[in-house]
Amino acid sequence: MVTAVEAPADVVSAVPDPELPMVSIADLGILRSVDVSEHGRVTVMITPTYSGCPAMDAIRGDIRRALTVAGWPDVEVRTQLSPAWTTDWMTPEGKRKLSEAGIAPPGPHQDAGPVAVRLSVRCPRCGSPDTSEISRFGATSCKSLWRCRSCVEPFEHFKALR
Amino acid sequence: MNPPVERSDRFEYLLRLGDDALVAAQRLAEWVSRAPELEEDMALANIALDQLGQARLLLSYAAELGGGGRTEDALAYLRSDREFRNCLLVELPNGVLGGAALDFGVTIAKLLCFSAYQHLLSQRLATSTDQRLAEIAGKAVKETAYHLDHAALWTCRLGDGTEESHRRMQAAIDQVWPYTHELFRSDELTARLVADGSGVDPASLRAGWLSTLEKVLSKATLARPKDGWAPDGGRSGVHTEALSYLLGEMQSLHRTHPGVAW
Repeated sequence: MVTAVEAPADVVSAVPDPELPMVSIADLGILRSVDVSEHGRVTVMITPTYSGCPAMDAIRGDIRRALTVAGWPDVEVRTQLSPAWTTDWMTPEGKRKLSEAGIAPPGPHQDAGPVAVRLSVRCPRCGSPDTSEISRFGATSCKSLWRCRSCVEPFEHFKALR
Repeated sequence: MNPPVERSDRFEYLLRLGDDALVAAQRLAEWVSRAPELEEDMALANIALDQLGQARLLLSYAAELGGGGRTEDALAYLRSDREFRNCLLVELPNGVLGGAALDFGVTIAKLLCFSAYQHLLSQRLATSTDQRLAEIAGKAVKETAYHLDHAALWTCRLGDGTEESHRRMQAAIDQVWPYTHELFRSDELTARLVADGSGVDPASLRAGWLSTLEKVLSKATLARPKDGWAPDGGRSGVHTEALSYLLGEMQSLHRTHPGVAW
């Protein structure tokens, strides 16, 4: 019997982030590359969002498990630090999924001008720009804590890092 | 210069950088569940986590260079106080001298001085000829910018706050200031690493650091302390007794259960 084996790149791309399961590691831009050797060894390159991100170990394990289940048991997961991850690598699809889950995605890239102007973060629930930051640091390294003045709901914002 | 000497120089330099981050992380972690508000608890824990991440990257690299099969864990948990190379600033207790064991102002003053230094240092190390060190520093640049920003916000809020918060924030800056001089002390090791483009001359960072500090302090209506007493010794393993207690706690699990892993 011949079993259709899913391509390793597709398998790895679909692995969800352990802290933000609504997005995949490909959506977040932390998946750098997936290579398959002629002997079937899969080498996956990932990059940490923050140096101390505790999800990295879980992500390595999840990648290995997903590939093994899909018929690729020979897996090596490597970590690449440079160039350093930036939220600009997040896909539009990933940003949309975050927003749907109530997490305001990082804004578009802004060049630092002579005057620092910060675009306001829109409330992911009601869309209002009338929001304020409660804390620069949220439940994970990559998020900050905000509140919406219009609908009075608190929400998380994926911090722009670049 | 023969290669083995250079290797030991790199090892020593990485210990300085890695131990700074490790000890800073451990000190900040003392605030977990004790910060004045929940958001701050998470903020300090997040900053500690960034520092711990940096420490792991640096000490893993040091362990590889050091040879002998030592790992990052062996370096963190099985060295004695005299073998640590961190600056005195990060090991200082979070409290007021002769007063409360945990003081938020003192913690913020330490964080302000240290993150301003770490931010400048990592910007420069990001172009180090040591590729791996440059990559580690490249990540630290982005993270320390947030740490510095957080410390600066609190310094301004407390310094330019009530009469009492102003008094305590000024006292905190005054208490910490003497220990900042050690950060900018160059020695033979840094001179050798500067010569091959892999290290940064600590003394060359002070002007930029002072300019950042003076801006924040002035905005916070705080006085910049006078330069005077300048204790040092951390880089050669001569520490305050505070480090011994810190390590006693941090290393207790590993020493009780040798080789334990999560």
